[in-house]
Amino acid sequence: MSSRIPGQTSRTLHVATGARIVWEFLQNPIFQITIRSLHISGTATLLSAMWSLPLGILIGIKRFPGKQLVKGIFNALLGMPTVALGLILYLLFSRTGTLGFLHLFPSLQAIIVGQAILITPIIISLTASAVESVDPEIKDLAKTLGASEVETSLAVLKEAMGGVVLAIIASFNRAIAELGVALAVGGNIRGFTQVLTTTIALEVSRGKIEYSIHLMVILLAIVFTITIFTNLLQRRIK
Amino acid sequence: MRRNVVIWITALVLVAVVSFAGTTLYIGATSKEKLVVSTTTSLYDTELLDTIEDQFEAKYSIDVYFISVGTGLAITHAQRGDADMILVHAPSEELSFLEGGYGVCRKIVAYNFFAIVGPEVDPANIRDLSPIQALSNIVETGRNEDAKWVSRGDDSGTHTKEKGLWTAAGFNWTILRNEKWYVEAGAGMGKTLQVTDNLDAYTLADMGTYLKYYKDGIISLEALVTEGEELLNVYNAIAGNQTKHSGINFDGAITFIKFLISEEGQEIIADFGKDVYGQSLFYPAVDLLKHNTDPTMVQWIKNYAFFNGYECPPEYRDKHPELYT
Repeated sequence: MSSRIPGQTSRTLHVATGARIVWEFLQNPIFQITIRSLHISGTATLLSAMWSLPLGILIGIKRFPGKQLVKGIFNALLGMPTVALGLILYLLFSRTGTLGFLHLFPSLQAIIVGQAILITPIIISLTASAVESVDPEIKDLAKTLGASEVETSLAVLKEAMGGVVLAIIASFNRAIAELGVALAVGGNIRGFTQVLTTTIALEVSRGKIEYSIHLMVILLAIVFTITIFTNLLQRRIK
Repeated sequence: MRRNVVIWITALVLVAVVSFAGTTLYIGATSKEKLVVSTTTSLYDTELLDTIEDQFEAKYSIDVYFISVGTGLAITHAQRGDADMILVHAPSEELSFLEGGYGVCRKIVAYNFFAIVGPEVDPANIRDLSPIQALSNIVETGRNEDAKWVSRGDDSGTHTKEKGLWTAAGFNWTILRNEKWYVEAGAGMGKTLQVTDNLDAYTLADMGTYLKYYKDGIISLEALVTEGEELLNVYNAIAGNQTKHSGINFDGAITFIKFLISEEGQEIIADFGKDVYGQSLFYPAVDLLKHNTDPTMVQWIKNYAFFNGYECPPEYRDKHPELYT
């Protein structure tokens, strides 16, 4: 019996040390910044998908006058410079701006909304293209079999799933890699709105190159991993 | 199949909404009183503000958010009501900020000196000249294509100072900026120093940032001209005016200003960098002005950073006379 006591003590110690290590890791600014980046851009992507996916599918399936014009506009918006969008959003969210009453500058929500807007044209364009490339016979077949409008859309969506997933992933990558919006409406505030890109920009100008390289490697790792994962996933879907 | 898709869509919408709402709730629940301070890069890049933030937050239940931009944008932020207070170093612009009714309760917090820094070989031979003479030499050598000048070019406090120095030396800055040897970086102090170093050029730098970059081995530029009243650099805190923007955290701003001018705050400023750089990067200004411990320096500060003989004229003190006793 007595021999168990030291064992227990050392186990308790191990647990305490482990907990401390985990706790310190969680407190590490690099970890927090990385999680914040993933959280902001992930939320922005999901948020944007809520309106962009239906719109993209609609534009892809429907035939309507001015369709090419609408698609052209969204294609043009693909190249939206982030500094431009950042400035527009800053003027909107600023206390004296149109949406100033929301008190969104500087905040995480402002970055999320900004990135969601930034990636909207990406999701719409890529989804519309994916849907369009689905064999029109599938749509006709579904209709002949008595499927409703919604059911037809879902059938087409299923065929276009690979393209849709690509659209989502590409937009997440664009969101997490952008600097202009996060800087303009987030303000790069330590412990609050710093994300990977804004921290890299700041720390480089502060001369902390080594620290910036750590963050850069993390950012690249995230972007590359997701891209590779997507490629594999696409192959499986096909 | 249809049910599956519906489930997926519902899940997507749910996760998105929960994630966004969660962000809002999380921030609402965890954040203490917020104080947004828009500030100059030269203060931020040295990491002095990180130290001040940590000590202030340990003492008060206020979360300080520093937005590090040039003095020009810092003032714009405050004018638009996006910052509760500013911490800047451009007296001429501060005066128009006060006169526009945007700011109150200005306090001189710290000072140091600008330096004209340049390559060790010093093609314009400015080492230890007076600032005015040094600038004349640089213009002459620049026009002979043997030297370059890098300007911040970002309407920051340092940029404002630079323009003033050109005027004092008898040059028109708007003409100089079009000349080939005159490079505008359009960047913060740290970045500008790095550009200057790469171009083997001259630039005007605040001593704090310069020393940090020099001692860290990031740049090899030398501080060639460091003396003279013209190079004085004064850092000032100004609270936003709550009658202009009702939403700002005025009380928080006053608390922070009081902390900056308190013995504790001034000590942090005085000690900052001593351990690493062997000298202070900033000098505390409050005791100096109160007790006139160094009459020459006090006179210089008064000439440069006082308005009508006051660090803050009485009409801009907004019921906080205790800041000026």
